[in-house]
Amino acid sequence: MTDTPLLKVSGVSKFYGSRIGCKDVSFELWPGEVLAIVGESGSGKTTLLNCLSTRLMPTTGSVEYRMRDGNFRDLYHMSEAERRFLMRTDWGFVHQNPADGLRMTVSAGANVGERLMAVGDRHYGNIRATANDWLTRVEIGTDRIDDQPRAFSGGMRQRLQIARNLVTSPRLVFMDEPTGGLDVSVQARLLDLVRGLVNDLGLSAIVVTHDLAVARLLSHRMMVMKDGHVIEHGLTDRVLDDPREPYTQLLVSSILQV
Amino acid sequence: MATPLVVSEVFKSFTMHLRDGIKLPVVNDVSFSVASGECVVLGGPSGIGKSSILKMLYGNYAVDAGQILVSHKDRLVDIASADPRTIIDVRRHTLGYVSQFLRTVPRVAALDVVAEPLVARGIQAPEAKEKASDLLARLNLPRELWSLPPATFSGGEQQRVNIARGFITSHSILLLDEPTASLDAVNRRVVVDMIAEKKREGVALLGIFHDEEVREAVADRILDVTRFSPRKAAA
Repeated sequence: MTDTPLLKVSGVSKFYGSRIGCKDVSFELWPGEVLAIVGESGSGKTTLLNCLSTRLMPTTGSVEYRMRDGNFRDLYHMSEAERRFLMRTDWGFVHQNPADGLRMTVSAGANVGERLMAVGDRHYGNIRATANDWLTRVEIGTDRIDDQPRAFSGGMRQRLQIARNLVTSPRLVFMDEPTGGLDVSVQARLLDLVRGLVNDLGLSAIVVTHDLAVARLLSHRMMVMKDGHVIEHGLTDRVLDDPREPYTQLLVSSILQV
Repeated sequence: MATPLVVSEVFKSFTMHLRDGIKLPVVNDVSFSVASGECVVLGGPSGIGKSSILKMLYGNYAVDAGQILVSHKDRLVDIASADPRTIIDVRRHTLGYVSQFLRTVPRVAALDVVAEPLVARGIQAPEAKEKASDLLARLNLPRELWSLPPATFSGGEQQRVNIARGFITSHSILLLDEPTASLDAVNRRVVVDMIAEKKREGVALLGIFHDEEVREAVADRILDVTRFSPRKAAA
């Protein structure tokens, strides 16, 4: 257990005019920890994720991140260039729709290599070797390295997006419904892969999902959102086995048993 | 050395918000402790709250009041009030749990399921797998199943994977929720031997065993949960 959090979030709110996106969210994320944000559509989970990852400016509140030099920086007091550099190197963002996170018209290898070049890698042979290695880790055959993601299935595209994000050894990865839209057998494979990578690399992650089974499998801790508010927050097992709030009880009791 | 596990004045009820907020009391005023090298068995009829007590101790259920003190890395941690990060650390290093049913993860092989708690504690994979193999062999799980994910195993086979996973670490406290329920006589005896070994190593064990023969063999003391039951108090 390290004694310093990686991310400190305090009092983050986002209003769209008079409508609430998310209201007064505070928490800390520690190294190696996976936090799931669950709730139904429109509960504010994606708004919150976007506020945390600087894709959206919160109306109030602060988000502090511990840089590699050990100093905390407030994300919203950084320059645009610094934020972009952070997103390209120390962070990853896995979109629900892989087309949002990939370049669909360049090769799979280039999709992975681009992030490496962003951190200063210039040696073609090294970049290609690393890209090959990552394609193997996400179970994409190396004979597909020169194909464009347009020619990939949905599950392969999602795995490629994960490889693209993890190749620079980020410390924090944001995931927005990473298994949404995939059929269950592909989902299982992806979850197993993400679980393994998170454990092996000691990543911290914030995962938005409406699927409680995904949250159970991936996360240590869970936040339940409703109408922009965090209504319940705790150890994932505890929230799912002994939900306290009426809305959480409704969510948990609505899971279909197979 | 501090007593590994001390439970004092724990109350637990469920509020069913979807059923007009009715309140179901589960247990009242639970107090007991488990010493190092001791195996305490929770007794009493089904539905009296035995499994609920184990789940509270493991942090799966929140408690309404009271303390659950666990001796963790030379300090005392109150599971009832600890934050999630602390509970995860306690589970990794101090508190083990063998549940009634194995929660399977798709695509993960039985051997890796068993080795995982050791890997999580930083032990190298080959060493962890070797230890996992020893345990699975001892529990007579056919070798050809080791590389398969346990989702398709029989109840008894899954249970043995679960036991191996719970016993592989050297946790100082072990909670056992009917670990022998779906086992045949031979494997029941293996588990009884494994529990005896844990006792000799100074582990504090707390378990539920409906099988009388096993209970006789392992229990140092039987704690009748009926006395914590709110229904008895009302009668």
